[in-house]
Amino acid sequence: MSIEVQHVRKVFGTHEALKDVSLRIETGELMALLGPSGSGKTTLLRIIAGLELPDSGTVHLNNEDATRSTARDRRVGFVFQHYALFRHMTVFENIAFGLRVRPKSTRPSERDIRVRVLDLLKLIQLEWLGYRYPSQLSGGQRQRVALARALAVEPRVLLLDEPFGALDAKVRRELRQWLRRLHDDLHIASVFVTHDQEEALEVADRVAILSDGNIEQVGTPDHVYRHPANAFVEEFLRDVNPRRLAVE
Amino acid sequence: MTNTYAINPHATQPHAKDPTLVRWGLTGLALAALVMFIVLPLAAVFVQAFEKGWHVYRDAIVQPETVSAIELSLLAVGISVPMNVLFGLAAAWAITKFQFTGKNVLTTLIDIPFGVSPVISGLVWVLVFGVQGWFGPWLTGHDIAIIFAVPGIILATTFVTFPFVARELIALMESQGTEEEEAALVLGANTWQMFFRVTLPNIKWGLLYGVVLCTARALGEFGAVSVVSGHIRGQTNTLPLHVEILYNEYNYAGAFAVASLLSVLAVITLALKKFLEWKTAQP
Repeated sequence: MSIEVQHVRKVFGTHEALKDVSLRIETGELMALLGPSGSGKTTLLRIIAGLELPDSGTVHLNNEDATRSTARDRRVGFVFQHYALFRHMTVFENIAFGLRVRPKSTRPSERDIRVRVLDLLKLIQLEWLGYRYPSQLSGGQRQRVALARALAVEPRVLLLDEPFGALDAKVRRELRQWLRRLHDDLHIASVFVTHDQEEALEVADRVAILSDGNIEQVGTPDHVYRHPANAFVEEFLRDVNPRRLAVE
Repeated sequence: MTNTYAINPHATQPHAKDPTLVRWGLTGLALAALVMFIVLPLAAVFVQAFEKGWHVYRDAIVQPETVSAIELSLLAVGISVPMNVLFGLAAAWAITKFQFTGKNVLTTLIDIPFGVSPVISGLVWVLVFGVQGWFGPWLTGHDIAIIFAVPGIILATTFVTFPFVARELIALMESQGTEEEEAALVLGANTWQMFFRVTLPNIKWGLLYGVVLCTARALGEFGAVSVVSGHIRGQTNTLPLHVEILYNEYNYAGAFAVASLLSVLAVITLALKKFLEWKTAQP
């Protein structure tokens, strides 16, 4: 399932967050939106999810125009920067939420919901924490619950906003390897936002580098690292030492 | 160097070395003020109420005019509080979850009942619905009574207590942000599901807190209701108005008996308020 963004523009008050941005993400591809804060990367992600409407331009999901469809109808998986877990629900209920709110005709039976949630708990290796509340979990555990909750509805694309931003370095490294493997198993298009150059170059298939509402360069980590398109990209990637590229 | 020591905050902590005398003195003073301004008056209400014995107390309470005042107060509370819950929820929802022009104006408008004197809060309704008011002639023509009647009392009570629920919820919902609602939408919830499954459970203790404050104020409201009530015994007298009438007739036992009812309600409210404050502070 592909994502295609064409000539998207978004203005907040007097601030132009995105200036004519176009980007295509293929099925099975893991794309990083990389840039300093205020570069428009989160806005672009939210526009793909349907949480913001672009002022002009279009969003196609699977080659169908989704620009005017609501977040609810787009069936995307979205992982929020601060996870946004439902604080009054257990981990189990958080993951089951997307299945429980379905209209009766498409809602799985209570038994099927249970099976699905338990499968996901196993996938995120937190089988024994289903009856805890989000406030009783560590940052890394919350992150994984947020991912499981997003995956429960079998999303057509997976969108992650600074997925590792709030975690310490060790957990972060483990989780990003885990995300990479998970993505390879799912065969969907995934996009994650990050301001961490090393993270983007290490995990993603391709990287889109944003600055001030524009996409400066799109390419494989190797390509953007070795052949920066302009002075900004060169400067932005200068001090990075991506271990994946170092061994190549 | 001496200067550095002088501004060092650790060098000057007088209260840590306060002589015991000063500490006990201040605590005593605070307690004395508490007893004098809060405990004594409250005790006086009950002492006066029971001064002539339990039978006089009971007779004062079961008197038809008192019963009718209790009923009217409960009616006013029973209508104005649910209305304010609805308005408060709608206003807080709109203000905290959406961006729109005029938002600041709306936020300020909600506070108006706190800002104006209760007398004004009553008078505005007389100006709108009174015989000389904008809709007065039309209402008289259709034989509808609002001022000096029950609807006026309900309107005035609702107006005065309007900010309680809304303000409580706005503060709470602002601190909670909109991410959980967005998560619900992305997961396929419709607006109702988002509200009832995500927003409402998150704000329920804060909402109850607002309801308790609102109820307390609605029961005790005197000024605004006094203006629109007309003081018709057995018809448009609420509890506080009834207390005043009894008092003015030198029926002290009766006045204090009814006042003791209001005091008991106030104490219950206080206990509930404490409990809810503790609950909202829970994660």
